[in-house]
Amino acid sequence: MSRTNSTNPITTVSLGKLCLKNPILTASGTFGYGLEFAPYGDLSALGGIVVKGLSLKPRKGNPVPRIVETPCGMLNAIGLQNIGVEKFLAHKLPKLPWKETAIIANLYAQTKEEFARLAEILAQEEGIAALEVNISCPNVKEGGVLFGQDPDMAAQVTEAVKKSACNKPVIVKLSPNVTDIKVIARAVEKAGADILSLINTLSGMAVNIYTQKPMLANVIGGLSGPAIKPVALKMVYEVVNCTDLPVIGIGGISTVEDVLEFILVGATAIQIGTANFMRPDKAFQIVEELPRKLAQLNIGSWSEWRGKLKV
Amino acid sequence: MNHCLDLKIKHIDFSCSQDFCHLYLEPPDWQFTPGQFVMLRPTAWGKDPLWPRPFSICELTSDYLHIFFQVVGRGTELLSYLTKGDRITVWGPLGKGFSIDQNKPLLIIAGGMGLAPFIGLTRTHKRPELINFLFGHRLNISCYPFDLIPEQVKKEHKQQESEQDLKYFEQYLRLRIQDFASKGTILACGPYPFLKVVHRFALEFHARVQVSLENKMACGIGACLGCVTKNKNDDYIQTCTLGPVFWADEIKI
Repeated sequence: MSRTNSTNPITTVSLGKLCLKNPILTASGTFGYGLEFAPYGDLSALGGIVVKGLSLKPRKGNPVPRIVETPCGMLNAIGLQNIGVEKFLAHKLPKLPWKETAIIANLYAQTKEEFARLAEILAQEEGIAALEVNISCPNVKEGGVLFGQDPDMAAQVTEAVKKSACNKPVIVKLSPNVTDIKVIARAVEKAGADILSLINTLSGMAVNIYTQKPMLANVIGGLSGPAIKPVALKMVYEVVNCTDLPVIGIGGISTVEDVLEFILVGATAIQIGTANFMRPDKAFQIVEELPRKLAQLNIGSWSEWRGKLKV
Repeated sequence: MNHCLDLKIKHIDFSCSQDFCHLYLEPPDWQFTPGQFVMLRPTAWGKDPLWPRPFSICELTSDYLHIFFQVVGRGTELLSYLTKGDRITVWGPLGKGFSIDQNKPLLIIAGGMGLAPFIGLTRTHKRPELINFLFGHRLNISCYPFDLIPEQVKKEHKQQESEQDLKYFEQYLRLRIQDFASKGTILACGPYPFLKVVHRFALEFHARVQVSLENKMACGIGACLGCVTKNKNDDYIQTCTLGPVFWADEIKI
């Protein structure tokens, strides 16, 4: 389905079957169900919205404290609290501008059978443009990153989702908490993934010397924000050069220049994550600035820029 | 639409020490309910600190938006260094404020910086003579804008300098809440241990108590799920959008 009407042809991008009016998506877990940000900008101006990770049943999430600010970043251990796929489809999706922008569901499950069931449910929804498979959350005990750290498991989950997803593009979101991200990338490519998104958060922790306690109830959390951008950029660069799949870059993007950096190393689209917390209109601002920045750098089409890093 | 506004600082001053800061910003054109809050992020902040900071709206008039805060960490310290003319990105008013009937008696219980939301509430109240105000504080009274509360309010303050003082204050709170439970609504705001005590007495005497929570927040608009509090069903709910003011019997503290 094309969602590119009445938009700037220069900013339009295609990730296989998935066409976006611009390469700027918002990252799962940092943009709620999208509606929270409606008062601060035009949701339909975004390239797409990746909603909060959805599971078959609602999840309570982890105990508090769940977040801590770190230099140029933050740690979180939310634990995938969500309202469950049914409530999302009944109460949130109908209110989202899915005809004007790509609404991407992020899937979380503890077994590959559950992943398949989730994909089956979501694949029937006209309002869902693509599925993003979360095999990289560091903050849950089962599933999550355990799938994302083992190439065989990652491939099995990808295959299960792909089989149930009908014709919806399947994005697999990769974890940076691995020895070699290229191995996982190639494994899920072989298993049928359509698109790769990376990186999820880096595993990390923070402690308080006065209380001798960890700053997160979960002890360990996921690091995000501008602090991780160099790591993300390097991993996107590596993955782009080892697979044929389109890549969505994620990790510390907070300016239009950051967007262009990720595309320069080969990403086709990007996601704004933690920067949405800096100010709620951040993603809208970046979308607005993009055409000006492209003009300033004399970029007439993405093919002149994407992957054109001079190494 | 709830745009983010860039507001200039009109005036900044301090009470008792550089740690107690009064920030007066250009007034946004808002309607707000006392108890609601704003997110502030100085325009000069780059990527560190990353998060904006949430503050109760102390008062909003046609002249200024008044924020009162104590320096407790790096963010508030950097905020306290700002000067007249500096710009702050502000969004709000956020969350749910206090729900009151202006024709019924009110008991306000504030602990320390928990005074902030009650400045505007008492100064805009139609019948301040119906308000009883109990203020507990650790440092000298001159640190807090207690004198901004209108004269007609029946106000008292008690300083707690020791563990013993705290114990007495706790007993006093219990008596006041017990006594007021049948008379009207009680509003409370203050540090977590203080609210925990108020919450306990509220449940004990079936008093109609609203508490305003002060949780760490990243987004302030219900998206990050970092500021959650437990409701009576043991589910985590957003403090920023479903609070920060809650009926005591709706939540677990």
